[in-house]
Amino acid sequence: MAVIEALDLRRTYRTTTGVFRRRTLDVEAVRGITFAVEEGRLFGLLGPNGAGKTTTIKMLITLLVPTAGTARVLGLDVVRDAREVRKRIGYVFGGERGLYERLSALDNLRYFAELYGVPARRQKDRIAELLDLVGLSGREREKVEGYSRGMRQRLHIARGLLHDPPVVFLDEPTIGVDPVGARELRQTISSLVANGKTVLLTTHYMFEADALCDRIAVINRGAIVAEGTPADLKQLVVERTVVEIEAYGATEAAIERLRTLPEVSSVAVEEREHSQLVLVQSAQGQELSQELAGRLDGARVGRVTVREPTLEDAYVALVTES
Amino acid sequence: MGRLALPPKTLSTTGFFVLTAVLQPVIFASIAFFIFRTGHHGATLLYAALGAGLMGIWSSTLFGSGGAIQWQRWQGTLEVLVTAPVPFVLVVLPLTLATASIGLYSLVATLVWGRLLFGIPLHLAHPFLFALSIPATVVGLGLLGLLLASTFVLYRHANAMSNLLEYPVWLVTGLIVPVSLLPGWATPLSWLLAPTWGVEAIRHAALGGPVLPALGMTALLSVVYLVLGAAFLELFLRLARERATLSLT
Repeated sequence: MAVIEALDLRRTYRTTTGVFRRRTLDVEAVRGITFAVEEGRLFGLLGPNGAGKTTTIKMLITLLVPTAGTARVLGLDVVRDAREVRKRIGYVFGGERGLYERLSALDNLRYFAELYGVPARRQKDRIAELLDLVGLSGREREKVEGYSRGMRQRLHIARGLLHDPPVVFLDEPTIGVDPVGARELRQTISSLVANGKTVLLTTHYMFEADALCDRIAVINRGAIVAEGTPADLKQLVVERTVVEIEAYGATEAAIERLRTLPEVSSVAVEEREHSQLVLVQSAQGQELSQELAGRLDGARVGRVTVREPTLEDAYVALVTES
Repeated sequence: MGRLALPPKTLSTTGFFVLTAVLQPVIFASIAFFIFRTGHHGATLLYAALGAGLMGIWSSTLFGSGGAIQWQRWQGTLEVLVTAPVPFVLVVLPLTLATASIGLYSLVATLVWGRLLFGIPLHLAHPFLFALSIPATVVGLGLLGLLLASTFVLYRHANAMSNLLEYPVWLVTGLIVPVSLLPGWATPLSWLLAPTWGVEAIRHAALGGPVLPALGMTALLSVVYLVLGAAFLELFLRLARERATLSLT
């Protein structure tokens, strides 16, 4: 049975510009998204910033009313049965906000336990369990304002799990957390699924989606551009080769010239401190590598390497080619 | 349920808030005493002291209740509160009642300050009704705060209204001068505001006069505010979810 269902979900934001001559502007953040998450699975929504991931999650957790389409959690409509949905879901937003800075972690959890209807006699044990789970035991009496980003994020997770919800939504839970902290968080997330929870995770880190998710939907400009298991997505680029060109001073025009080559499927540029890494995906990378480097005229070319594509390349291809 | 008022606890750790909360009532009280002392009536001074005390409760309610929503939005906790399974009114009500209760300090401080510095005796005509009027008035103010808070859910910049509402309400509800001295058009407006009846009940209980009618009106208006506040919160929350005004991001 599908625990989370989105059917042609759409959301438009209306903004205004100007003071005297006010113009309204409709921005389509989510443009007809459909997916389903089965019980006990970890489903990843993967996409770049501004792709519509957070808007989608906010509709599913009843914070935003969809402009069109329907969404159900455990068979309950997120608009009509919002309160029933809220009883059954937990959600965690990434980032520093969403906690009472001047209260201790314990007071934060006590307050939210009250709001989330955790019975008074269960609260103490439940809070202790969760502090243990997220590794904050012993630090719970300190004010949150002194917490590191990783600690805040772990406190967010504890808060989202207070009422032991069967469905958990995690919106970029490792954003801004250092590598060790992020790895610990991923272990905690894995343990949620091991304990039978259904999890929907958004992220823009490919390796995170690869490591955690059973299925991934790649979302770009408000629409799903691919969906499948991490292996399915890798399959999309298995025939390709990736040419990595280290360049110094490659102009936008030169990059654009690479894109127009008929043999080239996609071009992505990673800006480094003093150089750029130009990643070109093509069906015939080996033969093309020298020609590609030559086309970057005006730029000094460093190392050129040819390699097999990874899941990240599949993601880049999906996002840049959609 | 006392824990539902935890967020205002954070205010008590804010230096600026504490300084304002501690000093402001004393300053109000001093000004009121100096003005009213020219009348040379002990009773007038107590009348002024009670009004000045309630001014502080209104300020605390107004900035605390109205600001509570805005402050939660800034902190990013408003969205967390909205997704709680309890009706939203049960989330907001403890906050507004708590901020109104914090204002009680100003009443106590004003009376103590008046006693120590200006020698104003606190002889109560109806001690029992006095003790009853004070919590009734605080609850009335807290519920008026709930009504205000509901608009803050929908309008992200409604906090600008807080500054606008402080002085007019002091005047219209008779906290500074009796309502009877106000222009005729202001009287019906004052009837709709619980502090008008609350301060009348407290003053009559202290200085003598019919307490129960004013106390009854305070209770009646409290119920009206609660019903309207709860309905508006549900309505505005739904609109906020449609218009996406719950967060700043």
